[in-house]
Amino acid sequence: MANTFDVVILGGGPAGYVAAIRAAQLGMTVAVVEREKLGGVCVNIGCIPTKALLHSAYIANLLKESKDFGIEVGSVKTDYGVAMKRSRRVSEQNSKGVEFLMKKHKVTVVKGSGVLQPGKKVKVGGDVYEAKKAVVIATGSRVKGIPQIGLEINKTTVISSDEALLMEKIPASLGIVGAGAVGMEFADIFNAFGVKVTLIEALPRILPLEDAEASDAVGKSYRKRGIEVIAGAKVTKATPAKDKVTLDVEAGGEKKSIAVDAVLMAAGRAVNTENIGLAECGIQVTDRGFIKVDKNLQTSAAGYYAIGDVAGPPMLAHKGSREGMFVAEVLAGQKPHAIKYDNVPSVTYCHPEVASIGLSEDQCKERKLDYVAGKFPFSANGRARGTGETEGFVKILRDKKYGEILGAHIVGGHASEIIHELAVARENEYTVEEIELAIHAHPTMSEAVAEAALDSLGRVIHI
Amino acid sequence: MATKVHMEALSPTMEEGRLVKWTKREGEAVKTGDTLAEVETDKAVMELVARADGQLIKVMVAEGTTVPVGNVVAYIGAPGEKVDGDAAPAPAAPKPSAVSPQPPVAPTPASPAPVAALADATRVKASPLAKRIAKDTGVDLARLQGSGPGGRVVKRDLEGAQAAAPAPAQGVPRTADRTPRTGAPYDDVPLTQIRKTIAKRLAASLGPIPHFFLTTEVDMERAAEARDALNKQLGDQGKVSFNDIVIKAVATALTKHRACNAWFQEDHIRYWNEVHIGMAVAVEDGLITPVIRDADRKSLTEIGTEARELAQRARNRRLKPEEYTGASFSVSNLGMFDIDQFTAVINPPEAGIVAVGSIVAKPVAEGGQVVVRRRLRLTMSCDHRVIDGATGAQFLKTLKQMLENPLAMLL
Repeated sequence: MANTFDVVILGGGPAGYVAAIRAAQLGMTVAVVEREKLGGVCVNIGCIPTKALLHSAYIANLLKESKDFGIEVGSVKTDYGVAMKRSRRVSEQNSKGVEFLMKKHKVTVVKGSGVLQPGKKVKVGGDVYEAKKAVVIATGSRVKGIPQIGLEINKTTVISSDEALLMEKIPASLGIVGAGAVGMEFADIFNAFGVKVTLIEALPRILPLEDAEASDAVGKSYRKRGIEVIAGAKVTKATPAKDKVTLDVEAGGEKKSIAVDAVLMAAGRAVNTENIGLAECGIQVTDRGFIKVDKNLQTSAAGYYAIGDVAGPPMLAHKGSREGMFVAEVLAGQKPHAIKYDNVPSVTYCHPEVASIGLSEDQCKERKLDYVAGKFPFSANGRARGTGETEGFVKILRDKKYGEILGAHIVGGHASEIIHELAVARENEYTVEEIELAIHAHPTMSEAVAEAALDSLGRVIHI
Repeated sequence: MATKVHMEALSPTMEEGRLVKWTKREGEAVKTGDTLAEVETDKAVMELVARADGQLIKVMVAEGTTVPVGNVVAYIGAPGEKVDGDAAPAPAAPKPSAVSPQPPVAPTPASPAPVAALADATRVKASPLAKRIAKDTGVDLARLQGSGPGGRVVKRDLEGAQAAAPAPAQGVPRTADRTPRTGAPYDDVPLTQIRKTIAKRLAASLGPIPHFFLTTEVDMERAAEARDALNKQLGDQGKVSFNDIVIKAVATALTKHRACNAWFQEDHIRYWNEVHIGMAVAVEDGLITPVIRDADRKSLTEIGTEARELAQRARNRRLKPEEYTGASFSVSNLGMFDIDQFTAVINPPEAGIVAVGSIVAKPVAEGGQVVVRRRLRLTMSCDHRVIDGATGAQFLKTLKQMLENPLAMLL
């Protein structure tokens, strides 16, 4: 039967399409059902276009300081519409790239909304696709609003990243609700394009999941650039009008009203589990709405697996991709290396960048771990001085007894790239000594990693 | 079709055997398990047994011939059956048939072969973090099932394994550390860094095993009195020798000084929870050390009976491999040769041996008076990679106290 495959994957985002490629590599026939563009949120309205816009923001900020570097460019004019169009081209290229990869691995791509059916089947329109081995659910997530306080996404004054990424014209002022990775990145982007940004976070500090020192360092940098940062603040009520929104905010016992042209919602995401036939197939969800999976990522219904955002946090593309590979290998009868969820790097691409892995210092304290923090500031790093990226630091939390790297936190230029040395180290259970023994090229930002390792051993060289 | 009888590996180290004597003749009927011949190995004279029923139809080697392991020495078959040519058959590649013997299998020694343990131990795959934790907690990585890529031992695998292992810091167990007998027969404790350095330095200075020696003189008056009394009571039912008393005392003292009851295993030290005493026995052309197992738990008469029986069979080269391997500590006694004192060479991988001289009546000072006492000199050879001076001395002191006051063995 033409519509029978070894594996049918519902969702062509970074979890689904990677699962498809890996399954094809392992000799399975695969179909991917995708209702929009291949690559999912990540490629089309998430990771990739925001990185393009963040680079525009970076250039804008760089040019403002270029005189110091001996380059005069006159007055700097920014145009968000142009930057946005460039980011669309980047997304387009990436999505085309995924299409090409599907062809290369002979993966059948079915356009449409799929609904699960019992008997390892997925119905798309009038067609039914049957899986011999398994159906993999990779439907992802979307931005959610907070309708309870009047912040329902209306796509004009109350928007999500989806709209922000497609705007031709930007508002003069923007309130951003939520200072996690998404809120932080858009604050950075819009600030660089001249928008008056107010960043509101309910938890006591911005980037609440990162180490407190990282939050402080970025907060300082943001304030210096004119971004208003209000943490520990509760939006009690929002009143959207035709071309503005009034936000009633309570922070530190004080109440105030903030009027902005638009509000960007960046306070969490909802998983796409509605209307895909979960209940009909006996697939259970957790009390937080994620699909319940076992250690092989199989759901409560045999033959149905879930990966990516729908399978639980952290809701990150690279976590979903890893689960995609994992599931494909499980289906091929292999015993893949178990995924270490405490070893998923977390990166925010704002300026300065923030990257981390493992525990924060506060978590070490809460768990009463006997640790030593080794820290090295980029202000003492030769390469960073050369490029003018002296903000930030590398901090390594070392277990006192065995030297285990309990956590690592980087704030600074290229932090998103530098963190992987520590990801490799943690995955292989290298200790700070192994990090320190590896010779780091000079001058590089990465030297700060070796220095932080040395500092945790009481042997830092350059401070 | 006739079944080939091969020269079997009758001891773990045997490569060839000398066919001493055929106990069955050509044409005699044999049953599975019957002794066909006596074979002298590197260690003992062993029995080669039939692995099939039938008639010993052809004997291929003459008595006194030395034959490599695996070669055909005879055929068992139906009466009158012909074997493949009467020329000497090719020794190589015996074709297994339904009734043919399996490739020679050595009798399994009671204790694990130390060589095998060594090979495994050096090939442990573990993460740097797991190695550090193991070193600190004394967990033997070689005994863990790694869950990392390619069976690599990672931190997770060590969780739970830690409690089972003894803390390495306690070099010398206190008296209260009387070894329990319920758990594992031994505990493997990886070498600490200092232990490794000691091992390396000392080995470089004095041969492969860095020996050192400790001598003490023991007053044997009370032991002699106890022995006389026991023998009087036993009458015809047995006899207790000084050697039996020394073995019992050594075994009992080892239970209180586990640090001396150990094997050096290159990257770890195996601390035995059981006490198996090797007893050096001179044989015609050398020396063999039959083992008195669980000597600490045996009575003097049990030790005596077993020691004499093992020594007799050792001299006749009739010991089985499991009877001369697996000692945790050894005793060598040259007292009967009027040797006052000597140093014995350690039998690796054991970490110590006690050399027993002869009991000599000599004048000693006691309470300001010169009196004549029966005295015995004991010299302990220690492997410095395992046993340090003080550790050995404390053991020897306990041993001396037990011999000087035999009732102390009951404590």
